[in-house]
Amino acid sequence: MKRLFSLTVAAIALGCGCAQAQYTDGSIKIGVMNDMSGTYSDLSGQGSVLAARMAVEDFGAAARGMKVEIVGADHQNKPDVGSNVVRTWIDVDKVDVIVDVPTSSVALAVNEIVRDKNKVFLVSGAAASDLTGAKCSPNTIHWTYDTWALANGTGKAIVKTGGDTWFFLTADYAFGHALERDTAAVVEKNGGKVVGRVRHPFPGTDFSSFLLQAQASKAKIIGLANAGADTINSIKQASEFGITQGGQNLAALLAFITDVHALGLQTAQGLIMTEAWYWDLNDSNREFAKKFAPQDKGIHPTMVHAGVYSAVTHYLKAVEALKSDADGKAVVAKMKEMPTDDKLFGKGVVRADGRKIHPMYLFEVKKPAESKAPWDYYKLRATIPADEAFRPLAEGGCPLVKS
Amino acid sequence: MFELFGISSQALFGQLLIGLINGSFYALLSLGLAVIFGMLNIINFTHGAQYMLGAFTAYFLLQYAGLGYWWAIVLAPIAVGITGIIIERLFLQWLYKLDHLYGLLLTFGLALILEGTFRNFFGSSGLPYSVPPALQGGQNLGFMFLPNYRAWVVVFSLAVCLTTWFVIERTKLGSYLRAATENPTLVRAFGINVPRMITLTYGFGVALAALAGVMAAPVYNVSPQMGANLIIVVFAVVVIGGMGSIMGAILTGFGLGLIEGLTKVFFPEASNTVIFIIMAIVLLIRPAGLFGRGA
Amino acid sequence: MQRVAETSKEIVLRAHSETIAFVAMVCLLIVAPFFAYPVFLMKALCFALFACAFNLLIGYAGLLSFGHALFFGWASYVSAHAAKVWGFPPELAILSGAVTAAVLGTIVGALAIRRQGIYFAMITLALAQMMYFFAVQAPFTHGEDGIQAVPRGKLFGFIDLADQTNMYITVLVIFLGCFLLIYRIINSPFGEVLKAIRENEPRAISLGYRSERYKLVAFVLSATFAGVAGATKALVFQLASLTDVDWPMSGEVILMTLVGGLGTLFGPVAGAFFMVTLENYLTTIGQWVFVVQGTIFVVCVLLFRRGIVGELAHLLRVKL
Repeated sequence: MKRLFSLTVAAIALGCGCAQAQYTDGSIKIGVMNDMSGTYSDLSGQGSVLAARMAVEDFGAAARGMKVEIVGADHQNKPDVGSNVVRTWIDVDKVDVIVDVPTSSVALAVNEIVRDKNKVFLVSGAAASDLTGAKCSPNTIHWTYDTWALANGTGKAIVKTGGDTWFFLTADYAFGHALERDTAAVVEKNGGKVVGRVRHPFPGTDFSSFLLQAQASKAKIIGLANAGADTINSIKQASEFGITQGGQNLAALLAFITDVHALGLQTAQGLIMTEAWYWDLNDSNREFAKKFAPQDKGIHPTMVHAGVYSAVTHYLKAVEALKSDADGKAVVAKMKEMPTDDKLFGKGVVRADGRKIHPMYLFEVKKPAESKAPWDYYKLRATIPADEAFRPLAEGGCPLVKS
Repeated sequence: MFELFGISSQALFGQLLIGLINGSFYALLSLGLAVIFGMLNIINFTHGAQYMLGAFTAYFLLQYAGLGYWWAIVLAPIAVGITGIIIERLFLQWLYKLDHLYGLLLTFGLALILEGTFRNFFGSSGLPYSVPPALQGGQNLGFMFLPNYRAWVVVFSLAVCLTTWFVIERTKLGSYLRAATENPTLVRAFGINVPRMITLTYGFGVALAALAGVMAAPVYNVSPQMGANLIIVVFAVVVIGGMGSIMGAILTGFGLGLIEGLTKVFFPEASNTVIFIIMAIVLLIRPAGLFGRGA
Repeated sequence: MQRVAETSKEIVLRAHSETIAFVAMVCLLIVAPFFAYPVFLMKALCFALFACAFNLLIGYAGLLSFGHALFFGWASYVSAHAAKVWGFPPELAILSGAVTAAVLGTIVGALAIRRQGIYFAMITLALAQMMYFFAVQAPFTHGEDGIQAVPRGKLFGFIDLADQTNMYITVLVIFLGCFLLIYRIINSPFGEVLKAIRENEPRAISLGYRSERYKLVAFVLSATFAGVAGATKALVFQLASLTDVDWPMSGEVILMTLVGGLGTLFGPVAGAFFMVTLENYLTTIGQWVFVVQGTIFVVCVLLFRRGIVGELAHLLRVKL
């Protein structure tokens, strides 16, 4: 009897062994790298690790026999720190996929390393549209948003809703210039006019003199081609100079709900921005937010967090279908082959150049009186359908796209 | 009105006024540094972090004690000044016998600790602090819209700077301070408690930084890094002015604010670096600084 | 408690402590890649060289520069640009970086030497910050992105540095070569005058030495070695970024030298390895990096002024 039992066990074990997928190192290791201590720590940070964990749990990895581990690291917004972490992660810790990575300079560096080592890179936090353009890679998918989508969303939608004269306040570095250039092109293409521009040093603290010039220009829209603390400071000081009260609107070309939270509605009201996801858009999002916020110090999920959730979910689906996580290119190819579907972004698709496609939304920040609860900040001004939201495939200059 | 290099006089005066406002912060901060350096011969790298502490204290007073701006102007400098006194007693007093560079390194380390700790608890997006109701709104001066609060900043900083100058240069207490800087042993022999004076002076310098922080809170972002980049510009201001005189620090602060304001109009991309360029030029022509006495 | 008599063996050992330590260091570094991650080791070696360069200035000339990142970072940029855009082979790229650092060192040194002590430190900080802002705006640095995907190239035309082992050996050779050069500088007549100036400048001047000249030369040398470190680092990581020119980087090299031991030969090396290891560990709890660094600064200045190697040397009563 005992013999039969042990034979049966052996048989079952062998049988399970044959059905088991071949994961490198026996497990799928997900590396979430972002800014955990600096200016982007609220919009990504530990929240992204949480989002990844929630994705793994909701996917039911354990029940499907997949052993998934999640590790997190802080790249401090520095390309060298990020490169180091990723290299060590891949070479020493056998991490299979890198997720999030805000700060375009770091993302671009990681993009190269992941391509060299044939792993997978799922970008949620970074903005550089080059990631699906000249620098596109068969190992990278750019998930949540990019500079083109922001420029197109904010620029086009604002012009269409009446904001047809623009003045740019631009951070004087590559990212700021690119954002200004892309948005100006969109504004002019849609019948608007750029009446002036001024470049402020990066990073800046006092924008009063530049805002004065913006005010004097009488442009209907003041486009803020900057990010992070610069955006917050410009907005704060604009409020001080009565710019919004004077009838001009500020358009933040790169801003997140956490920035609005930092500013407070009194200061941020009337601000127009484009985001890929908002927690209060539908019931599914609200439910996610309700579960997320208490675990992230009350911070409601940003589009970056949602992007991480969506990307990890789709990655796990692809890996399960392939039964392997070893070949980065193969996994990404699978992710492009399978349409995406998750409870946060709904149905979507990943294009040949690595661009994830979904609708974008134009929001306006509510007045304090209009907000019923903390984090109830946005009202929806327009929805940009998925097929218009991102740069057309042919215009990116991505070598992967067969023209 | 007239035009100068394509910029109307309206825009010009507007920018000059703003330059004056920035100059107020430079003046307050370089004054604090000059006072501390004069007495202790220590460069207080922590000055930027203490400026940040002042702003945060104002924020806390509002959030948790419901005490507004006018309370903060008085309480925050006192509170942060006290922490300064603690720092002096705990850390700095051991360094007076050593090379001055250790003081710089210690205060640098303290600045890192303060900024790092605040970053951990408050993130980096910054916290909101609004302009006090009494000072909201502004005057339409014809050539620009001047927010009341900014006008207040200039007036109050000038008042504080001039009062400090007066106390140090024209009162008995100030003369004790100046004497103790030159010859502490002799002054002690006269029965004056020099170590206590040193401690209080440091506290006062720190309080000045905190005051600047409170005044900055409504206009700049209250964030843990607010002091870090500002302090380096203030160092340049101090080098240009020369550490020799209090009035020198005040004049240089306001003056450089004005020059920076002008640069923002004619050549905005250089506005971050103009003060350093001036510093380089001053070093070539007058190494002791514009108002300094000796190297 | 002093021992009265020492055996002749001990006397000989003590006299040659530096040589023994050097041999030990070389052996460790040769064996290390088999136990530790080579890229991590190369990073530590580049920073060790950077710290040694900095130590030359503060430990032996007594000048605290708060802007050394300027030389490190700009050499890194030029080296990366040379390798990527001009197609220079690695040895010429590193050379270009070093030359850049030397030129910058001369300009900055000439300006800064005019003041003493604390002013000197503040001037170097301010000038470095100015160059940081230039780096942000200059087109060739690509600002925030930095210069990425820098090719390592083939050393002397045939040694392929893409191979990790080749790269490690190259970095090690560069480090040891510069280390020996610095040793030679310190223990030369020039070095002795420098130390004299550090101890008592008026006296050195009264003896007829043009102290300004000596300080400037020391400054330029220090800048050049820092440049070599930066240029090499650009090739190791195939990346040159704003971090390398920013003031926290200047602070880091000061910390490394302080922790390791100011004015000792091996202190900077130990300090660099210590800090790089610590930072490696800290990336997982990234929040506390600044606090830890600050605390180490405070503790070192108050209680541990001699640094790791300094304390060791003091305990063993040898020269290290």
